[in-house]
Amino acid sequence: MRAWLHRQSFKPDVTVAVFFGVVTIFFYGSILWTFYMSMTRSTLMPSYELIGFDQYVKLFTNYRWLVSCMNMVIFGVLFIIGTLCFGALLAIFADRRIQAESLFRTIFLYPLAVSLIVTGLSWRWVLDPVNGLQGLMRSAGWESFTFDWLTNPDRAIYTLVIASIWHSTGLVMVIILAGLRGVDNDLWRAIRMEGVPLWRAYLQVIFPGMRPVIASCVVLLMSEVIRGYDLVIAMTKGGPGIATEMPAKFAVDFYFARVNLGLASAASIVMLLISLVMLTPYFYSEFRKRI
Amino acid sequence: MSSVSIRQIRKSFAGLTVLDSVDMEIAPGEFVVILGSSGCGKSTLLNVIAGLDDCDSGQILIGDVDVSHLEPSQRGLAMVFQSYALFPAMTVRRNLSFGMEIAGTPKATIAEKVAWAARLLQIEALLDRKPSQLSGGQRQRVAIGRALVRSSSICLFDEPLSNLDAKLRAETRVELKQLHETLKSTMIYVTHDQIEAMTMADRVAVMHKGKVEQFAEPQTVYEKPASLFVAGFIGSPAMNFLKGTLEGTLRFKTHDVCLDASSYGFAAGPTAAEVILGIRCEDVDVVERGTPDSIPATLAFTELLGADALGWFDCLGQRFSVKLTVDAARAMQRDVGFRFNMSKASFFLAATERRL
Repeated sequence: MRAWLHRQSFKPDVTVAVFFGVVTIFFYGSILWTFYMSMTRSTLMPSYELIGFDQYVKLFTNYRWLVSCMNMVIFGVLFIIGTLCFGALLAIFADRRIQAESLFRTIFLYPLAVSLIVTGLSWRWVLDPVNGLQGLMRSAGWESFTFDWLTNPDRAIYTLVIASIWHSTGLVMVIILAGLRGVDNDLWRAIRMEGVPLWRAYLQVIFPGMRPVIASCVVLLMSEVIRGYDLVIAMTKGGPGIATEMPAKFAVDFYFARVNLGLASAASIVMLLISLVMLTPYFYSEFRKRI
Repeated sequence: MSSVSIRQIRKSFAGLTVLDSVDMEIAPGEFVVILGSSGCGKSTLLNVIAGLDDCDSGQILIGDVDVSHLEPSQRGLAMVFQSYALFPAMTVRRNLSFGMEIAGTPKATIAEKVAWAARLLQIEALLDRKPSQLSGGQRQRVAIGRALVRSSSICLFDEPLSNLDAKLRAETRVELKQLHETLKSTMIYVTHDQIEAMTMADRVAVMHKGKVEQFAEPQTVYEKPASLFVAGFIGSPAMNFLKGTLEGTLRFKTHDVCLDASSYGFAAGPTAAEVILGIRCEDVDVVERGTPDSIPATLAFTELLGADALGWFDCLGQRFSVKLTVDAARAMQRDVGFRFNMSKASFFLAATERRL
C-alpha cells in the first residue's frame, strides 16, 4: 500500500478528496436532509412524504418561535454592541502601555477558557436572588437591595447579555489590540501633529481604519448569537416562562423533547437562512475588494 | 517664515547616544536637508524639532520663542511622513480639513484653504476619494496638502519620497522645490538620498553618529568635505583615499612617491602630519606611466555609463575610480600613471579625520 502510494503523483489530491468527501456528506448532506425533512410531516421518525412549506407556515404562526426570534434580536444587538464597546475600551487601555499589560490580558482573556455552560452556571449563582448577590447584600444589612433580573420575565434576557459579554469581551479585546498594534506609527505622529484629542483619534481615525478587524469581531460574535444555546440552558432554561427562549433552543426542544422533526427542521433551515442574510454583507464587502 | 534654532540638543536611548550636542541655525525661508545613513539620528532630530520625541537637554527656538516644552500641535509646524499617514477612513477633503476642524477654524476658511491647497497640488479631482483609492504619488500629494493647509511657517519632511518609485521621486523632487519657491516657508527635510540633498537643499546638514559633521551649501559639502566621513558619504562613486604624510615643504609623501601639494588651499596653514588624501574621480588625470610627478596605476576594469565611463584602477594598494570619456575608456592601457588635481583634493588629518 505504501509503495503504491509512493508511486502516485496525486497524493495531495487524495487527501483533499477525502476531506471534501467528509464535508460534502456530513455537512452539506445534513443540510439537504434537514431541508427535506422540513418539507415533510415527520414527527418522531422521518416520513418521506412531501407536504410543501406547511411546516414553515406553522413555524411563523408559533408564538414561542416568534418570541425566540425577538429574543435573539434583543440579545444579539445588546451583546454585540456591549462586547465591542468593552473589548475596544480594554484594548485601548492595553494599547496605552499600562503596567503589567500581559497580566491584565490574561485575566481578561481567561473567561474565554471557561465553557459557556460553566459561565452560565456561575452567573446563575451570582444572580440568584436568594443565594446570590441580592442575598449577600441583604444579609450584609442592605434590606431593600433588589436585583432579581434572573427571575424577572422582562429582565431575564439582560442577564444573558451580561454573562455573554463577560465571556466574550476578552476575545474581542485581543483581536482589537492586535489591530491597534498594527497601526502605523506615522499615523499616530500625524495625529499628534494635528493636535487631535485622543478620543477623537480613536473614534474618527483609528477604529474607522480598522474596519476589517471589527467586521471579523462582529462575525464571530454573530455566530455566537445564532448558536446561542448552552448559555440559555445553563442560566435560565429559557425561562422564566418563555422569556429567554432562543431559536437554537427552540429547534433542539422540538427535535428531541417534543419529537416534531418537521417543525424543528424548518426552524433549523430558517436559522441557516438568517445566518446567510447576516453574513452576506461581510463577505460582500470583504471579497469585493479582491476581485 | 520663521527661523529655527537648535541649541545643544542631546538625546540618548538606554545608554546609546542618539543626538550628541546638535547645534543648527536655520534661517527663515531656508530649505535645509538633513542627510545621513540610517541610524545616524536624523529622524530623531526631526522628531525632537516637531516635539514628537523629548530631548534630554537643549533648546529648540522657533522665531524667538522657546518651544522645547510645547506639544507638537502647539509649535506651529506641519509635517509630511514617509508612509504618508493619511487618515484611512476619511476622504481626501476630510483629510485636509480634519486638523482645522479640531482647531476650530470657521467653515468658510476651511473650505477656502482646502480649495487653495487642492489647486496648488492639482488634487482637485481626488477630493472625494478615500486614500485607499489613490496611488502612492497621489497619497504623497495629499499628505503634503495636509501639511500646507496648516499654514505653518515651517514644514518638516521625514523621508517623504522614499516610498515612491524612481521616476515619480524625480518628478516630486522638482515639484517640492517649486513649492518651496512659491510658498517661501522654512523647510526641514530628512533623507538618506544624497541626490535629493544635493538638488533641493539651500544647505545640507550631514549627520553621523548623532553629530552634525558639516552644515553647508551642497556644493561646498561636495567640494570641501569637512571630515573623512562626509567625503566618503557624499558623491557616487565614493571619493578615493590615500594614506600618507604631509611634509612641511608642501609635499605629500606616500610609499615612495612624493607629490606637490602647494596648490592646495589649507584652512590653517600646512603642518607636518599623518594625513589622508581624498580625491574625487573627476579630479584624477590618467597619463602615461613614468610621467614626472605621477603615481603608477594599473587598470582593473572599466564601466561604460552611456554619457561617460568609469575606470577602476589599482593604485598603491587602493582601488581608485576615475571618470573617463567613453573613447578614453575604450582605448585605455593597462599600465598608466595618475596625476592629481591638488587644488581640488582634500586633506584630512589621520588622527581626527577632520579637513586640513
